[in-house]
Amino acid sequence: MARFLAARLLHTVLILFGVSVVAFGLIHMIPGNPLDILLPPEAPKSLVDHLRAEFGFDRPLYVQYLAWLGRVFRGNLGTSIFTGREVTRELLRALGNTLVIAVPAAVLAFGLGTTLGTVAAFNYGKPLDKLISVLVILGLSVPHYWLGIVLVIVFAVEWNVLPAAGMGGSGGLPTSWHDLSFLVLPVATLSMIPIGVIGRMVRSTVLEILGNDFPTALRAKGLRSRHVVFHVLKNAAPPTVAVMGLQLGYLLGGSILVETVFNWPGSGQLMDLAIFRRDVPVLQGTVLVLAAFFVLINLVVDIVQALIDPRMRR
Amino acid sequence: MADIAAVQRIAAPEVAEGIAPRGYWRTVAGRVRRDRLTVTAGAILLAIVLLAIFAPWAATHDPLQGDILHRLEPVGTPGHLLGTDETGRDIWSRLVYGGRLSLFCGLSPVLLATIIGGVLGLLAGMGGRLLNSLIMRICDVFYAFPSVLLAIAICGVIGAGIANTILSLTVVFIPPLVRVTESLTRQVRSRDFVEAARASAAPLHAIIRHQILPNVLGGMLVYATSLVGISIILSAGLSFLGLGVTPPAAEWGLMLNALRQAIFVEPTVAALPGVAIVITSLCFNLLSDGLRSAMDVKLPS
Repeated sequence: MARFLAARLLHTVLILFGVSVVAFGLIHMIPGNPLDILLPPEAPKSLVDHLRAEFGFDRPLYVQYLAWLGRVFRGNLGTSIFTGREVTRELLRALGNTLVIAVPAAVLAFGLGTTLGTVAAFNYGKPLDKLISVLVILGLSVPHYWLGIVLVIVFAVEWNVLPAAGMGGSGGLPTSWHDLSFLVLPVATLSMIPIGVIGRMVRSTVLEILGNDFPTALRAKGLRSRHVVFHVLKNAAPPTVAVMGLQLGYLLGGSILVETVFNWPGSGQLMDLAIFRRDVPVLQGTVLVLAAFFVLINLVVDIVQALIDPRMRR
Repeated sequence: MADIAAVQRIAAPEVAEGIAPRGYWRTVAGRVRRDRLTVTAGAILLAIVLLAIFAPWAATHDPLQGDILHRLEPVGTPGHLLGTDETGRDIWSRLVYGGRLSLFCGLSPVLLATIIGGVLGLLAGMGGRLLNSLIMRICDVFYAFPSVLLAIAICGVIGAGIANTILSLTVVFIPPLVRVTESLTRQVRSRDFVEAARASAAPLHAIIRHQILPNVLGGMLVYATSLVGISIILSAGLSFLGLGVTPPAAEWGLMLNALRQAIFVEPTVAALPGVAIVITSLCFNLLSDGLRSAMDVKLPS
């Protein structure tokens, strides 16, 4: 296990390094001077040079990269060109807001996805299985940004029972029923894709396990069916955990479309604003932190998988 | 290759004179034909593609010509069967024309990624350890980005436009295709008939063409079709964010975004472009599922 851990950690560090190179290199593909957005075309050259030096854009790229990486290690992602505020602080607040919808969506999707998948597999070929399979494939085929709009049309426009957009309150964790009502539609929208992915995966995994000899043997020795279900689910856990981890990462990185629909002040909206403001430090920081989150989630998933299934510790 | 053909003739003489054996692809086609759901999905897709190709004949109005007096007409208005949008353009005509861009932007990244990722995956699978690590580790880095995040970041940086949408989605789809192809290639490579071909001194390119490729293509095809649904949703999503196709062109994601302001006036009309996306990606997903079970492909995870 120690060897496995060491190998995984080393791999993660290398991947994180690669991610930082891609995040930095990608953002520097922006044509033109990053400060163009801030300065009018008639700005005096002395001011342009001064600002370029202040943001460090006059130095060679690899120097900029190393300086940036050094600052990132100290938790400093720079200052926004557009607002002049610290990127780290802005990002942490936005990320917190995204977690407010991503975590409930993940919990909902994991619960519902595994339940639907298991029920479908144990009723293989019956109408219930077919119904669930249709629902699951529909969940994978519906653009979530469109589902968000449809939910707004139904619950906010037609029935007027839930708020259409925004976060209510002052951001952060919801403190009242009123704040909580703002969560319902974004969470429902965000959980749709992972419900589909997890439900589908769990169904096929459980079916595969049911094809083994041991469930039949367990039944033959007179075990109650719910105990058989327990044994089967225990075997389905490792791949399910892997898919859940991936989905949590997608929820964080992919919430931008849903946040746009619901005007939710999360990391996706921050990135959207940074793109349209051509705000290099904010965009760079957001991409880096979200990807790093994803990498770390994958590390945790690998370790959890190795803990429950010794065969994974290779 | 002539001697291999001779060996096959000797090995199966009764087949040559009797009933021809059903080839693999004919077996697959037979299975697909019996699968009603897959056939229906394929037929609907064919209709959508035909409507898009023959848009000038299928459309009832100019998709770009607005009519300020007939803005946001409801579904079922005479002359505008699916209503009109916020500048009075006919929704049906825009949906039909929009299919061209939406299908193009959804299909071409998968096609490009299949070719590029397929070549890289074959190289990684057939090449030595160094080449394999080089290709696969670079893929790992791109795998470390959630796909939506990567697509949006690339498009956000290089700017909106059809070519940029296709480029960014291609970059997103290459790593998974490399992984699948590499893994399939390595599986096939360890089989006995490849060893036999190598022992009979077949050159590498011949082994790839005759032994590896025919056994890898099926899995690649199934995997690629399973990506088309996501690709259509993502490319429309980029346009929805204003990072893809630019106005006034007709494209489903862009239409959805423009009609968002109309959800309080004509909610049904506002939801229609999404319905087009749902039907198309659902049919692609069903088709992919049908192909997967007909070809009995088990993809490496």
